[in-house]
Amino acid sequence: MSDMKFSKDHEYVRMEGDVAVVGITNFAQKQLGDIVFVELPETGRTLAKGDEAAVVDSVKAAAEVYAPIGGEVVEVNGELNKNPALVNEDAEGGAWFFKLKVANMDELAELMDAGAYTAFAEGTA
Amino acid sequence: MSGEARDKRAPEPMARIERTFSGNAGLQIEEPLLFEVGRTEISGVDLPEPSNDKPRFGGLERQGEIGLPGLTEPEAMRHYVRLSQKNYAIDMGTYPLGSCTMKHNPRLNEKMARLPGFADIHPLQPQSSVQGALELMAMLADWLCEMTGMASVALSPKAGAHGELCGMTAIRAAHEAKGVKRSVVLVPESAHGTNPATAALLGYDVKAFPAREDGTVSVDAVREAMSDDVAGIMLTNPNTCGLFERDIVEIAEAVHEKGAYFYCDGANFNAIVGKVRPGDLGIDCMHINLHKTFSTPHGGGGPGSGPVVFSKALAPFAPVPFVERQGDACRLVETGEAAGDATPFGRLTAFHGQMGMFVRALAYMLSHGADGMRQASEDAVLNANYLRAGLSDLMSQPFGDQPCMHEVLFDDSFLKDTDITTHDLAKALIDEGYHPMTVYFPLVAHGAMLIEPTESESRAALDGFIAVMRDLAQSAQGGDVARFRDAPRYAPRRRLDETRAAREPVLRWRDGNVRQDDAAE
Repeated sequence: MSDMKFSKDHEYVRMEGDVAVVGITNFAQKQLGDIVFVELPETGRTLAKGDEAAVVDSVKAAAEVYAPIGGEVVEVNGELNKNPALVNEDAEGGAWFFKLKVANMDELAELMDAGAYTAFAEGTA
Repeated sequence: MSGEARDKRAPEPMARIERTFSGNAGLQIEEPLLFEVGRTEISGVDLPEPSNDKPRFGGLERQGEIGLPGLTEPEAMRHYVRLSQKNYAIDMGTYPLGSCTMKHNPRLNEKMARLPGFADIHPLQPQSSVQGALELMAMLADWLCEMTGMASVALSPKAGAHGELCGMTAIRAAHEAKGVKRSVVLVPESAHGTNPATAALLGYDVKAFPAREDGTVSVDAVREAMSDDVAGIMLTNPNTCGLFERDIVEIAEAVHEKGAYFYCDGANFNAIVGKVRPGDLGIDCMHINLHKTFSTPHGGGGPGSGPVVFSKALAPFAPVPFVERQGDACRLVETGEAAGDATPFGRLTAFHGQMGMFVRALAYMLSHGADGMRQASEDAVLNANYLRAGLSDLMSQPFGDQPCMHEVLFDDSFLKDTDITTHDLAKALIDEGYHPMTVYFPLVAHGAMLIEPTESESRAALDGFIAVMRDLAQSAQGGDVARFRDAPRYAPRRRLDETRAAREPVLRWRDGNVRQDDAAE
């Protein structure tokens, strides 16, 4: 997991070449509780860093998922529409939300590494 | 909690229920759906066979059976009465739902609302024949303007969120009249969810901003967020954490300096009636939940009603209809052309609003008087602080132990490491005979529990609630997980599977769509 980067809004980014795999963190999943619905962005949409990209509904709350980094949506994880519970089971693995073709690699540097994120999340809890 | 005390509790009645032949437990009748009571092939009433008149629906007549169950009057009556008996209501016990002001609904209000001159009239009657009703609306409007210090009021909005739409539409109309286009509305993170929803519905971009450490909004945060593109701010006072926004006058000034308007969410007006006039705080418009602040809460007798009061600046844009006095008579102004110098933004409802609620609210005001309403606010605040004082050593408050207004907010840090959640605690409260408080709202407090006792509760009732909450908190901290995880044990239904209900919703009844595993539960 050391190759992952994290945002303050509890999204993670895992780089696969110049494509960023984006999802919500395990911490976020735990805070939200049982997730019942995920709304994903349209493929082809261009997102700026911080744009609202997806929505997660849990039994407790609805939360927006923001693009932690700018780019074009090249793929979404359709599996989440059928089985939103996957986010609870495997948030940082199989339950990724969407993949972005990153526009500006420099934005990656603005995100936290795993150590900084863990400290940040613990402060939030 | 000692083991001895546990043993004194009643044995599990659920075990007995499972063993009865009918599924009923004593006179707690298991309630089927109406579709399961009646049958589609029978009729509850005997009607003569229709004559063979040619249908005149032009081919649009129904081709198949409508499929509604036939029910006799006693069947329908018993179904709804039994459902109502499973319900919990303010007339049954303490109902400490935060942000909802579940106060007692005086019977006098009901008597007044049933007077035929108010109950049996129709909105399309000639105005000359409903002068009494119009006079009542005019008097209610006067009282609302007087106690808020505002210039005018729109009575027609049907509840809080509708009132927000009314107020924010007036703000938009005011900007349009000046020929300016503004696109942003400021909403603090502790706001009711309806606030950003209202702004978004009107096409505004919502800009959220956090509160400071003590749970209130700072004027500096507002100043920083303000710009020439901000149409207005939506703020609740007292806020959803039960705290009075002490910078509110400076916040209003900061908003007005930039040419924006101040919408106040009046859901918590019960804390300040007769103490503070919103108009004096620089507020431009505010909805008032007649069905909270002036009795008749949810399930207390009627629908919602959310009149909106307007400052001088916004009054010209208030919607039609409104009541105007002309000498001894009253007139309902129905169209913009007839509104004189005003330029109403339009109409929100087909007619004038919730007449029954106007009657109940005015009955409440007249029977309490100015001094009585002020005392009600004082007692509501006193009761909330009494609960706070009785619970603060065992439960945790997100912004420290400070005096609150009409509701007290706790978070779940006192449950840390107990493996028990706010949700579990709320369910255990049901077993103890109380409706749970508001949970998980406001979102700014982790695992929030928002408790609003209102002025209706006696000191004895508050002591009873405190004793139960203390017992639950101690039980949780003592590791009695089963008491919480299994709760509610004594309600007509045990814990519902909210996750499956949301993931696989069954929204329409169809013959046979009750699943086998549900039927067995």
